[in-house]
Amino acid sequence: MSKGKVILSAVLIAAAFAGGTYYGGKNSAPVITSSAGGASFTGGYDKSKDIQAQAGTTEVVDLKATGNVIVVNEGELIMDAVKAAQPGDTIQIMPGTYHETVYVDKESISLVGVIKEGERATLDGKGVLNDAILYSGNNFVVENLKITQYKGNGIMGQAGNNFVIRNNVIVDTGIYGIFPQLGKNGVVEHNVISGIEDAAIYVGMSDNIQVAYNDVFESVAGIEIENSRHAIVENNYVHNNTGGILAFITPGLPIKTTYDVIIRNNFVVDNNHENFAIPGSMVAMIPPGSGIVVWAGDDVIIEGNIITNNKTAGILISDHISFGNATGDPDSEPYPDRTMILDNLMMDNGYDTIDEVKALMLTEFKQGKPDIVKVGGGIDSCIINRHRYVTVGVDDWKECDFTNTDNIDTYLLDSPVPPRDIDPSERGKIAYLGICTGCHTYSGTMIGPPVQTIQALYMDNPEGLAEWIANPTKKRDDFPEMPPQNYLDEETRLAVAKYMLSAKN
Amino acid sequence: MIAVKSKFQNLISLGIALIAGLSLALVFASMSKAQASDAANFELKQHCPPSFEKNAKGHCMLRTMYEFYNSVQNRGVGGTQTSLPDHRDGFTPAQIDLGRYLFFDPLLSKDGSLSCASCHQPDKGFSDDMDRSVGVTGEKVPRSAPTLWNVAFLDRFFWDGRADTLEEQAVGPLFDPKEMGNNPQQLLASLRGNDSYPSMFKQAFPETEQIEIEQVATALAAFQTSLISLNSRYDQYAHGFHDALSENEIKGMNIFRSFVARCAECHQPPLFTNNQIAVIGTPEPEGMPFDPGAEVPFNDKRMRGGFKVPTLRNIAKTAPYMHSGGMKSLREAAGFYTKGRGHAVPEGEELIIHWHIWEPNLTDEELDRIVDFLHALTDESLTPQIPSVLPSGLPAVDAKYAASLQNNKVLSGDKPMPSVSNNKKLGASSINNQQQEHTEEVSGDIYE
Repeated sequence: MSKGKVILSAVLIAAAFAGGTYYGGKNSAPVITSSAGGASFTGGYDKSKDIQAQAGTTEVVDLKATGNVIVVNEGELIMDAVKAAQPGDTIQIMPGTYHETVYVDKESISLVGVIKEGERATLDGKGVLNDAILYSGNNFVVENLKITQYKGNGIMGQAGNNFVIRNNVIVDTGIYGIFPQLGKNGVVEHNVISGIEDAAIYVGMSDNIQVAYNDVFESVAGIEIENSRHAIVENNYVHNNTGGILAFITPGLPIKTTYDVIIRNNFVVDNNHENFAIPGSMVAMIPPGSGIVVWAGDDVIIEGNIITNNKTAGILISDHISFGNATGDPDSEPYPDRTMILDNLMMDNGYDTIDEVKALMLTEFKQGKPDIVKVGGGIDSCIINRHRYVTVGVDDWKECDFTNTDNIDTYLLDSPVPPRDIDPSERGKIAYLGICTGCHTYSGTMIGPPVQTIQALYMDNPEGLAEWIANPTKKRDDFPEMPPQNYLDEETRLAVAKYMLSAKN
Repeated sequence: MIAVKSKFQNLISLGIALIAGLSLALVFASMSKAQASDAANFELKQHCPPSFEKNAKGHCMLRTMYEFYNSVQNRGVGGTQTSLPDHRDGFTPAQIDLGRYLFFDPLLSKDGSLSCASCHQPDKGFSDDMDRSVGVTGEKVPRSAPTLWNVAFLDRFFWDGRADTLEEQAVGPLFDPKEMGNNPQQLLASLRGNDSYPSMFKQAFPETEQIEIEQVATALAAFQTSLISLNSRYDQYAHGFHDALSENEIKGMNIFRSFVARCAECHQPPLFTNNQIAVIGTPEPEGMPFDPGAEVPFNDKRMRGGFKVPTLRNIAKTAPYMHSGGMKSLREAAGFYTKGRGHAVPEGEELIIHWHIWEPNLTDEELDRIVDFLHALTDESLTPQIPSVLPSGLPAVDAKYAASLQNNKVLSGDKPMPSVSNNKKLGASSINNQQQEHTEEVSGDIYE
């Protein structure tokens, strides 16, 4: 905390003096821009160039209509249902209390809480379990649950494209409430989250994300978009957190960029909560009373928010050098470029700001309660109607040449990210080379017998070979018994059998 | 095969001679010389190593089951079904095979006492079992030998991340006075003056006139890219066979990737590293000065005490752990993370400890389960063959290694067939290292 508050250095104060090209003189008339009508934002992300985005359905998750419904009643284990489930299945969890960690390493599974007269299916970690929901499969849905008293996260994804996390109530649960990580094309909406030691909603290293209609409060960070691209955060109610909405590049992570983030039409109010983050965590540096914080993230558009009563500042924009306790990472670009601030309602912010901000204001001979504070480097940022706010560090920003983002409905893909398309013959070859050649060569003897020998036995019978590799038996005294290859699905087993029987060298 | 058998019997009789008390070094030198001249022609392999496909240009391209998946920004980090990061491949079979000979040949060191494999031993996870490796001077070097498994996927090398390519890395230990102690002139002289290497280099690099250091580095890089470990029982789980892991191992996996333990935040699947530099504040052994790590090559104070996040694949094979080998077991290494943020940072050191290092308060049972899970990351099925004879005539790896091998052979006699793990329920390949044991008896190109 103590280090995190060191927001400025002498160098930056000097740099701030160099700004100030916009006003020209103190008394010239401000440029008033009407945001009713006018040009819409057209830059940023061109979805039509994304090979994974194709025209089709508008659903984030394209669940197979053929799936079964598995019902879990109180007293039973949700995990038993997950183990029994096949891709496409829906697991309905009846009201009641469940005490377990649910992990889903399968494709296309939906976990749906059943709400009866306000009674929810509740996952209670009782302060001893780590995470409530862990998932790694694609096309994952979790909705209508209540999650409480876990030590780690409420809902955590590690990879997994096309996810929907909706209508969950997550209270007093560990470090992150909802944490999809390393996924593409996902929605986090209509969740109520509070009492989280880090971010209530934390989107990490992901692409094409929609965070909307959530109520997040009494957490250190409300909503954090970190090292992610093409994200829209809209229509959320973000109140009484230490920091409201964050767009961060955190150094030291394997994916290095944040860009194309639209933060619009949110209520960002009263975010003055004491910072109760774990020492050393990235959000421990956030001064209480920070409405929206852009830390090194690029191409962030802030539009149409109601940003009131955040005591340090309504919007804080900083690089890695001036603010925070960033780890060293030569591959991480530290400056927030192309921040775009459109019309926002800002009121009563910065009324009890930190000394570093006051010092920065002095360098621009400004007084009052800062709405917008920009410190450190970064290029090509713009703002409209800046005369409405008390600002520091933005005098040299240019006018934006657009006034709204109406053209951008969503950054979600038009259809779910499809699985990688592998030709069936390739499938057999890859499995053969990736697995079989560890023990078999064409004509030589390694751990298993030569492929030639196997070909002689099964030449016209790939089905027989596919069957055998799923349930091998000991055949030869002079070779070790082969381990079963039943972790390959049936299609792959047959493909690899065919490939092996056709191998020529 | 017949010739092979007799060679094997030769080895046994030599072992008996050893017991008779002859000088180790002499025996090996004479044996190897004799065999080297017998096999005057070192034909390099024409076939790619297992798991590699030879393309139309004759280059070996890696194929793995992870090709079936995607990853965000193609960075190759994520969860179970995530594609791998960019990697090095595309070398010819001859280059890979030449690299294999060079890797195991003590000729590359100043005095013929050490090869690359002395510190990167195939049966020890391509590391050694030392806290810090012993170089040509007989003294310990400052850091431990990192594993070479899956280095094809890395773009930072050495503990402090100071090299960007395998080639750049390869010449580091060769010419470091504390490691292999050689110099370019002497190395080129011994390779060019060797009976076999000039023609072997010609096979691997037909375009070039004479041996240069660049080709040595390329061949060593080529060989190392063939050290692929992606068929552990964990991988079978990841590909969808959930019975591949035991109940305890799955418990361990869930603790490992939980946001309490947070192991998987840096040791990210599928490679179990994110290949970043992290400052975690492990202690140095008694009497050793604090190692500034990545601060030095990156000239960045904020990286003081930073080291590369190592892969955890085959981690059960590479004790002791951490950059200076201070932790003897996996249990001890896992326990480090629950003892408190910065608990081992020396007085007066100001380190920016990684934000994921905190106080997770893991129970003893949870630590045990993590260790269980880490054992499921073992896969050595693609361990390459150690050459039985080297162009230099020196014993493969080094004299000490050859002696220990010889001792084992004499003591245990002809080895029986390796038997499959008795844990049938797991249904998984516990074929670790069997290829190595089994193929020792096979000479020449087993892929021919």
